[in-house]
Amino acid sequence: MKVLLVAVLAGVLFSIGLGVAGMTHPDKVIGFLDFARWDPSLMFVMGGVVLVDGVLFRLILRRPSPLWAPAFTLPGATGIDARLIARAMLFGVGWGISGFCPGPAITSAVIPTRETIAFVGAMFSGMAIHDGGRALWRRSVAGIPEPLPPEACG
Amino acid sequence: MPFSAFLAPTLGGVLIGLAVAGLLLFTGKLAGISGVVGGLAQAEKGDRAWRLLFIFGMVGGGALLLCVHPEAFGSTTGRTAGTLAVAGLLVGVGTRASGGCTSGHGVCGLSLLSPRSLVATLTFIATGAATVAAVRLLGSAS
Repeated sequence: MKVLLVAVLAGVLFSIGLGVAGMTHPDKVIGFLDFARWDPSLMFVMGGVVLVDGVLFRLILRRPSPLWAPAFTLPGATGIDARLIARAMLFGVGWGISGFCPGPAITSAVIPTRETIAFVGAMFSGMAIHDGGRALWRRSVAGIPEPLPPEACG
Repeated sequence: MPFSAFLAPTLGGVLIGLAVAGLLLFTGKLAGISGVVGGLAQAEKGDRAWRLLFIFGMVGGGALLLCVHPEAFGSTTGRTAGTLAVAGLLVGVGTRASGGCTSGHGVCGLSLLSPRSLVATLTFIATGAATVAAVRLLGSAS
């Protein structure tokens, strides 16, 4: 129960941070990605985050366990290969077209315009198609039994 | 660009950082958005509620923003809903397949000093920039 309260509050704080930072403006995000008229301010979002979490993660992960849960759930994947790059490129193309990544898109869906609903709906569908497809492939082709091993934190 | 133009992004980044650190400290979970959302369909029963509530909190935070800081929204890129649906599909598949988005690889992964996340982050920023340049070229051609 306490864990669920933290989850809500973390979600609220996360999206307020996105809004204060300017990440909920897709045209600003596209400006950050546009080297012809570069708007560097969003680099400072990453700066602020890494400033805080670079230090806090280190302190938190010194603990044997989290405060209200038995163990930390950290990503297992560490491999770097052409597939990782190709897959991250898919995301980059979608990000560049829209100016939306998943967090700001969900926050922006509080104003349900045709545009935000189209993006978030398609994004959820893409995630489900990928996850469902992978599960099916593992079961039927690769013969790897369920449940799936934990994937990266993403 | 005036100094104040960097204050809000930095403050926003600090708030995001505190939200992610708080979730990790109390629950042991990493707040990578594509992981939180994508895990919903596959997650075991006891692992579902916190994900839903985190997303609920994000939309709630959006509602709060709308009340006290409505300037956070309202900008448009002029992309049609159809174009955005294609982009959304790419973002959904790409983030789940590569194991993270801006928050998963960019925030959590970099804070954990993960080389995999650094490669993913540089890749999607470079590809995003190339896409913006391509869209600009196509736009000026037509």
